[in-house]
Formats: sequence, C-alpha cells, structure tokens
Amino acid sequence: MEINKNAYDAYVKEVTPVNRLWPDVGKAFLTGGLICTLAQGLMNWLTGPMGQEKEAASAWMLILLIGLSILLTGFGLYPKLVKFGGAGALVPITGFANSVVSPAIEYKAEGHVFGVGCKIFTIAGPVILFGVVTSWGLGLIWWIGRVMGS
Amino acid sequence: MQKGKASIQFECPPWITAAGSIAGKKEGEGPLGALFDRTKEDDRMGKDNWEEAESYLQKEAAGLAMKKAGLSPQDIRYLFGGDLLGQLIATSFGLMEFEIPLFGLYGACSTMGEAMSLAAMTVGGGFADRCIALASSHFATAEKQFRFPLGYGNQRPYSATWTATGCGAVVIEKEKAAGGKTKGEKMAKITGITTGKIVDFGLKDSMNMGAAMAPAAFHTIWQNFQDFGWDQDHFDRIITGDLGTVGQKILLDLLRKEGYDLRQQHMDCGIELYDGMKQDTHAGGSGCGCSAITLCAMILPKLKTGEWKRVLFVPTGALLSTVSFNEGRSVPGIAHGVILEHIEEEKREWNT
Amino acid sequence: MEYVKAFLVGGVICGLVQILLDRTKLMPGRVMVLLVVSGCILGALGIYPPFLEWAGAGAAVPLLGFGNTLWKGVKEAMETEGLLGIFKGGLTASSAGIGAALVFGYIGALLFKPKMKE
Repeated sequence: MEINKNAYDAYVKEVTPVNRLWPDVGKAFLTGGLICTLAQGLMNWLTGPMGQEKEAASAWMLILLIGLSILLTGFGLYPKLVKFGGAGALVPITGFANSVVSPAIEYKAEGHVFGVGCKIFTIAGPVILFGVVTSWGLGLIWWIGRVMGS
Repeated sequence: MQKGKASIQFECPPWITAAGSIAGKKEGEGPLGALFDRTKEDDRMGKDNWEEAESYLQKEAAGLAMKKAGLSPQDIRYLFGGDLLGQLIATSFGLMEFEIPLFGLYGACSTMGEAMSLAAMTVGGGFADRCIALASSHFATAEKQFRFPLGYGNQRPYSATWTATGCGAVVIEKEKAAGGKTKGEKMAKITGITTGKIVDFGLKDSMNMGAAMAPAAFHTIWQNFQDFGWDQDHFDRIITGDLGTVGQKILLDLLRKEGYDLRQQHMDCGIELYDGMKQDTHAGGSGCGCSAITLCAMILPKLKTGEWKRVLFVPTGALLSTVSFNEGRSVPGIAHGVILEHIEEEKREWNT
Repeated sequence: MEYVKAFLVGGVICGLVQILLDRTKLMPGRVMVLLVVSGCILGALGIYPPFLEWAGAGAAVPLLGFGNTLWKGVKEAMETEGLLGIFKGGLTASSAGIGAALVFGYIGALLFKPKMKE
C-alpha cells in the first residue's frame, strides 16, 4: 500500500477537531487579566499601607503570587485554573511557579535528591537557562558596543 | 495453521475461561462502570505511589481471573503481561509473588492483543495447558512518564485521549486441559489471530494518537480479510483498542477506500469506556488497560451469551517514547488482531 | 485606572499567547521559554521598560516581565562591574522570584501529595 505522508498529514489536520479559538482566547484574557489585577492590588497594598519602595514591593508581589500558586497547586486547584484559562494561567509568574512545584510534588516518591532535586527543574529549568543565556548574550553585545564606542 | 501472510488459524482453538477486570474511579463512573469486577474509588489504591498502584491492579486482575476459573497460581503455566511503564515495572512488581513463569511484553496500548496472541499460540501449539494474558495502564503513571506531572496545568486538545486506569486479565486454556477440569466458564474461543506490523504514516503529533494508530488498525483488519478471505460481514463486531473518535473516522475512511464499509461493525473500546461529553475525556480512552478492561467486562460477556458470535478484537498501540518524540521521530503504530468466537453448547437442553 | 490597565494589558498578553498555543503545536514549555527570551530582547531594545512603567503589574507578572528583569539586572550590573556584571546581573535581579519558587516549591513537595487530574 502506497502512502503519501504529506497527504496523510493534511488529511489528519482536516478530520481532527480544533479548539474553538475565540472562547479560548476570551478565557485566557479573563484569567490573565484577573491575575494581573490581583498583582496590581498587591502592589498598591505593598507600596501604600506597607510603605515599601517600588523595587522591593515588586519583588514581594512576585513572591506572594508564587506562594499562592504553590498552595493552589498543592490543593490540586491550579491545574483546574489552567484547564479553564489556558495561557491566562500559564503566562503569569504563577504558571512558572506551578511548573516548579508540580514536578517537585510528583517526584517526591523518587527521593529528595534525585526525585525532587533533579526533577524540580524539568519544566522551569529551560526558562531559567535560556533567560540567563539570552540576557548574557545581549549584555555581551551591549558591552562590546560600549567598549568600541568609547 | 498458518494463514496468508500474517495470520494463524487454530486447529484446536484455545478457550477463554475466565476474565478479571479492575478499574479506577473515572472508568467506574463511565458507561461500563457497572460491568467491571471491581472499581476503586482511590486511584492510588492505598499505595505510596502511582507505580505501586498499577502493580496492584495487575495483581488483582490476575488474581480475579484465577479465582473465577477456580485455579491457583500453580495451575498457570505462563503469564503474558505488559504495561506502558519503562522496563515494565507495573507488570514485574505486580506479578512477582505469583511465581508463575512470565513473558513480559511491550506493545504499547496493543499489549493485550499481543499477550492474547502469544498465549493462544502457546496453548494452541500444545506448549501450555493454561496461560494468563493481561495488560494494565494507569492515568497517573502514564501522564508522569509520557507527559507532565499531574499538578502541572495544561490544556488537552480535542484529539487527546485519556489513559485508562485499569487492568484486564484472561485465562486462556486448552479446550480440555490436562490434569482435570476447570470451574471457569466458556466465555469465548480464540479461533485465529492476525499479527500486526509497524505502520508509520509519518505523523508527529503525540496529542493525536488516534490518527497515528488508525493506519495500523486499518492494516491489520485489511490483512485479516486478505489472509482468511472474508470481509467485515464475517464478524458481528470489529473492535479496535483506543483509536478514539478521531482515529475511528480515519480508520473507516481508510477502509472505505479499499472497498470495505465497517460502519455497522466497528466499535472502539476507547469510545465505549467513557462518556466523552460528561467526563471531558475528549477523543476517548487509551492505554493498554483500556482495551483489556473493555474486553473482560463487555466484549467477552456478550460473546459468552452469544449476543455476538464472532468478534475481531484489535488493540492498537502507538510506538513512541519521550526520547523518540524529543528527537523528532514520528509516531508509528501497531495493532494485533484476535478472532474471538462464541462457544456453542455441546448439547442443548430443550426441556428447560 | 491602573487596575484597568493591569487587567487589559495582562489579559491581552495572555490572549495572544493562547492563539499561539491553540494554532501551533508548540508545547507550553517552549512557549514559556519564548516569552522569557522575548522579554529579554524587548528589554534590551528599550521597548519593555517604558511599557512596564505604563502598564504596571499587567506587564510585570507575565513571563515577559521576568525576561525584562533578567536584562535589567545584566545592564545595571554591567554599569557598576563591567564585564563581570553580565554574568552576575541576570540571576541577581531574578533571584527573589527564582529563590521563592525553589524554596516554596520544595516546601510544597514536603507538604503535598500528587493528586489525580479530573
């Protein structure tokens, strides 16, 4: 039986149902928007009543959101939020926190060092790696530019 | 007797005399829920981790099948078992204490078909009086191994399937096994098999397994028709393992192009196992447990009563790993066909 | 007003990423990497900092903001420490977030058991 792989690929695309885009985008917009609104509320609280500097308030705000996300993940609620909100829950820092804690919890059964320790980075590791490498690379270009320019 | 290119017809068809099935919570809440021997509310089965839970499923299913057949582990010559985990740990740790010689098998989700084919060949060829064939899968172990940790949030596309939590085991024995009689039932006989080859249409989407496996199911069904010289009307049902709704459509399309119309006969265990609308499983169930528990809880009982006389059971598997996927390889499929027939009563009691 | 801005900006970023998730085969992990890298680049091009100033939390909380923070750290450290700064700056600036995620993540692993998805 002769098969044309490209034709099959195109045919499969045709028969496979796709998610309805706009409801998904709407839910992502709503979820992401609400998380950011909550973050703004935290910022206002930290810079106002708590009297923090803007830099410090920003760091505290992220820490609080990360803590909240980890609690929600522990109680099994964060996956439900992502199921509803998709990118709306993945893109904020809470999604990053979820990607750190979920393998940590899952792989505890394989021990603290090789289970939690190694696997905690399975999803978040690439984010840190490529973030650092990119900022390093851009920094190097900037530095060379300054050396040449001066 | 060898038939055609890839099939065997048994001169003395081995009998299936008992079937044990155990399933998880979601499966228990599905349309077939009442038919399983046991369902567990706690998907961890009271164990420390998911892998142990799956081993427990293997042990329980094998135990249930033996109990129903009135057999003890010493009566079983060989076990043919498998699961989806690396190095088959669910099988080896689950079946260890029976101390029955074991063939550990990996056929991805087609494992139940592979196990039954080999058990039937072993019994049919006279190398064993009784064997058990079984296969298991667990949603949590499969997610962990193939996708993400359970606590990680993600959105599953509509083409994705839900790995079934469960294990099905069947006792396959000689029609008149040496060393006495069985308390088991005449559930069905295995009159033939068609062994699948690896079929690769080059698909790379691991979230659309149905489309990756449908060509393999198509090929095995088509090969079965060629080897035996019959068509879909020979069977009451042709039941694939876990193609789901997307794969089913593709299978029917592929067969129609070759001139076979299976719309009357085709069923898919993955579609039967869950209520796709209520249970939000998307395209259907998957995993070796999916076809194994559907066989034990629904297909074999219908063959036993004679509601169905002849069934072609075709569990389907996708032969990928996280390594092959990350290395950009395609997702090849395989499907193993097992011909199951109703056992006629030898003498009818007209008076009752 | 700043709440409305945070909601709209955060929402629009997430909505756009949702289109990417739905219409390409990109896995979420890749999308996260893409966002952080984009955030770095937008920071270096000088686009993100004024945007962040204007949008507040709506631009700080998405992972683009994390990328921008990495860049900002590198740039600031470079100004005081020269070449050494490009090695130190990124992780220094992002240390609060990464530290919190790791520490809380580990505590989470101690406290919680994995749960079945529904």
